[in-house]
Amino acid sequence: MAQRIDVNDMNIYYGDFLAVEGVSMTIDPKSVTAFIGPSGCGKTTFLRTLNRMHEVTPGARVEGSVELEGVDLYGDDIDPVAVRRNIGMVFQRPNPFPTMSIRDNVLAGVKLNNRKMSKSDQDELVEGSLRGANLWNEVKDRLEKPGSGLSGGQQQRLCIARTIAVKPQVVLMDEPCSALDPISTLAIEDLIQELKKDFTIVIVTHNMQQAARVSDRTAFFNIAGTGKPGRLIEMNDTATIFSSPAEKATEDYVSGRFG
Amino acid sequence: MSVETTDATAHTRALLTTADPHRKTTDRTMTVLIWGAFALAMIPLVSLLWTVLVNGVGRLSVDFLSFSMRGIYGGDPSGGIYHAILGTLIITGWATLISVPIGLLTAIYLVEYGRGPLARSVTFFVDVMTGIPSIVAGLFVVAFMTIFLDPGTRLGIMGSIALSVLMVPVVVRSCEEMLKLVPNELREASYALGVPKWLTIVKVVLRTSVAGITTGILLAIARVIGETAPLLVAVGVTESINFNAFDGRMMTLPVFIYRQYSQGLSTCQEGDMQCVVDITYQNAWGAALVLIVIVMLLNITGRLVNRWFAPKLR
Amino acid sequence: MTTTDSPQRPARPGGHAERAPARRRRRGTTERGFNRVFRWIATGAGAFILAILAAVALFLLVRAWPALTASEDELSDAVGRIPEGTSLLEFVGPLIFGTLLAALLALALATPVAMGIGLFISHYAPPRLAQVLGYLVDLLAAIPSVVYGLWGFLVLAPVLRPVWFWLGDNLGWFPLFAGQVSATGKVLATVSVVLAVMILPIITAVSREVFLQTPKLHEEAALALGATRWEVIRVAVLPFGRSGVISAAMLGLGRALGETMAVLMIISPGFLVYSLEILAASQHNTIAAYIALDFAEASGLAVNALIATGLALFLITMAVNMTARAIVARRKEFSGAN
Repeated sequence: MAQRIDVNDMNIYYGDFLAVEGVSMTIDPKSVTAFIGPSGCGKTTFLRTLNRMHEVTPGARVEGSVELEGVDLYGDDIDPVAVRRNIGMVFQRPNPFPTMSIRDNVLAGVKLNNRKMSKSDQDELVEGSLRGANLWNEVKDRLEKPGSGLSGGQQQRLCIARTIAVKPQVVLMDEPCSALDPISTLAIEDLIQELKKDFTIVIVTHNMQQAARVSDRTAFFNIAGTGKPGRLIEMNDTATIFSSPAEKATEDYVSGRFG
Repeated sequence: MSVETTDATAHTRALLTTADPHRKTTDRTMTVLIWGAFALAMIPLVSLLWTVLVNGVGRLSVDFLSFSMRGIYGGDPSGGIYHAILGTLIITGWATLISVPIGLLTAIYLVEYGRGPLARSVTFFVDVMTGIPSIVAGLFVVAFMTIFLDPGTRLGIMGSIALSVLMVPVVVRSCEEMLKLVPNELREASYALGVPKWLTIVKVVLRTSVAGITTGILLAIARVIGETAPLLVAVGVTESINFNAFDGRMMTLPVFIYRQYSQGLSTCQEGDMQCVVDITYQNAWGAALVLIVIVMLLNITGRLVNRWFAPKLR
Repeated sequence: MTTTDSPQRPARPGGHAERAPARRRRRGTTERGFNRVFRWIATGAGAFILAILAAVALFLLVRAWPALTASEDELSDAVGRIPEGTSLLEFVGPLIFGTLLAALLALALATPVAMGIGLFISHYAPPRLAQVLGYLVDLLAAIPSVVYGLWGFLVLAPVLRPVWFWLGDNLGWFPLFAGQVSATGKVLATVSVVLAVMILPIITAVSREVFLQTPKLHEEAALALGATRWEVIRVAVLPFGRSGVISAAMLGLGRALGETMAVLMIISPGFLVYSLEILAASQHNTIAAYIALDFAEASGLAVNALIATGLALFLITMAVNMTARAIVARRKEFSGAN
């Protein structure tokens, strides 16, 4: 159920402004790929084009192609809703639906697709997804309570459970730990290691140690100056990026000299 | 290997193109309904403005705008709305003079001083007051004025007081919004220069927000200038010109429209070239056009004042 | 500058009202004196508003009292519309019923459309156009009610008449559409349509605001689960805006309850009947329209009776508005806590 992504010569515009220029990369299935780079370098913008979430922003458009297992996500016959269903996303701040119970939050995506699902199937899916998100033991006694009553780390894992409940191919994570304390961060990082058995994972992070801990491959993005487009500087195995990067800019960044 | 790849590609393509047709239909239906809701709301707006324009424009003339209805009977088309325009301006003018100081000072109280239970109840009841039915405001003034005056007395100023009851909460709300927009840094900068608080409020806070407050007041006037029911109850009707809001009944445009409407068609004798059967309806439409033009001018001026003169705070 | 020579109060940021007692204890210079006067003037204006509202309630009650305490004979002598042996309540009851019926029908018509327009402006219309389109809807609120009355009587009633005949012929079994359909179209159903148009901008304005406040986070969460645009609205926007829409609808209800001219000019009034037949003539009237209809000719006890009727309207609209405002206030606390 995990699939590979090929990005070819991607340009991203907001109106006339070129935000990200000329990105090409391959993201391997059942692996964790980390995007690192200074603020404003376009890594989040780029991540959002991988499941067409950028289309929510007025004026945003792309050139180039993103292929999931050889199928261009921006092809004419492709339904953006189906794209997002198969390429899920976890956001910077935990965002469980405040009016729904924990259980309903997990089922939110599934209920959209499948109106008639037996109670036992639902229970099974809720338990499976919450177990998958390492949250089951903490919430199994209060599934009918609102999701907003959980701690920040638990809420984020609930959002991950909600995302994997729809059984996507790829899970995109946009700085999933930046709003969390160190212990919750660790729990999520452990979870990412579990999830990569089943999903292709792409994670944007500000935290280089986190990238080094969780990812198999790392892509470094950088920006030449204000008003200039962000670019992919280099992408390689995480170990290589952190020990012997090919580019000077990467070395400066990972050694903490800027950013 | 290549067969496998093609299979995977086909599978993925199937995943990415199959959307549940039922969901798609629902989505499209709702899009149509929601656009439809907007279109539906435009039908009465367009129909109303168009009707008023078409029916009213024929009646407009210098005479119509400069004569009163004094001594006009039946289907005589030589009457005009001068007395009603005058009454509307005078009564609304007095209402503005009463409402603006009270409303603005209350807004200053709420933004600059208001803490505790008094401020909370003022905020709450100002909101509640915006919901007072206009006819109740008219009844209140009549009930109140019997303390001082003969029960049958109807005065222009009574209408102004009734309109003020409706206008004050609107003025408070909009002025409050505008005062809140003034950044605290400006106030603190003024205090740091040793300027006392009342002077800071007058010279800094009000000066900064004067455009917004003007807009708010103009919109509040636009909101009450078309009120009919309280004036019908508190001011009564007359066919003559009356400049004095403190002496006798006055005519206003909205009440004029209602009065002409309620008189219905005129009976004309055959061969009377001067008689127009539906002159009352024509008068009503003409007055409605003038009233709508006044309201729209107030609305547009209000919005333009804010756009052109508002200081750039952000 | 002046605070440098007052060591007991070294820093006074912003001049907050909590500091007021400390300030009052100080001996005032002229400036401080005027500061205090200015505060009193402003506070007085706030208190005056409360006094006005209290006065409205008080004077209505005082002037309604003679009618509330009068005997049935006195009432029927003074008010031509009240037949012998009818109490004030028996007379006002149908008016209250008519008022509520017209307003609730208007609300039922306006709320779905207003929600649609709110969503249209917040989520469907091209962002650049949204503001202009919103302004167009606001224009509906700027049109004076007497013009609505004129339009409803001369334009809308003839247009709707065939619709009412069709409803009466085909759905006559439904209680609301029963009875003899009026040949003029000047019936409660037409009034409700006009009232619906009049309250549309109020409900739209409030619901548009709450829909726009929907956290982007929740909308994106729904999108990322593969929701269509409508599903995003169903899952994230509507649950978030529910209480806001409810209070908006109640504000609209309050406005519809108190509307006078549109009702007065359109309806052919009926008294002393509780009737659901909204397509039939002379079955209903509303409080506000009744007062406007009879006030000019009334004197003595009849005026007191009219004011008593107005008091009933005042109390109903106050109750509706206070409920709406309380919901809004509670919602503010709720979203502030999150």
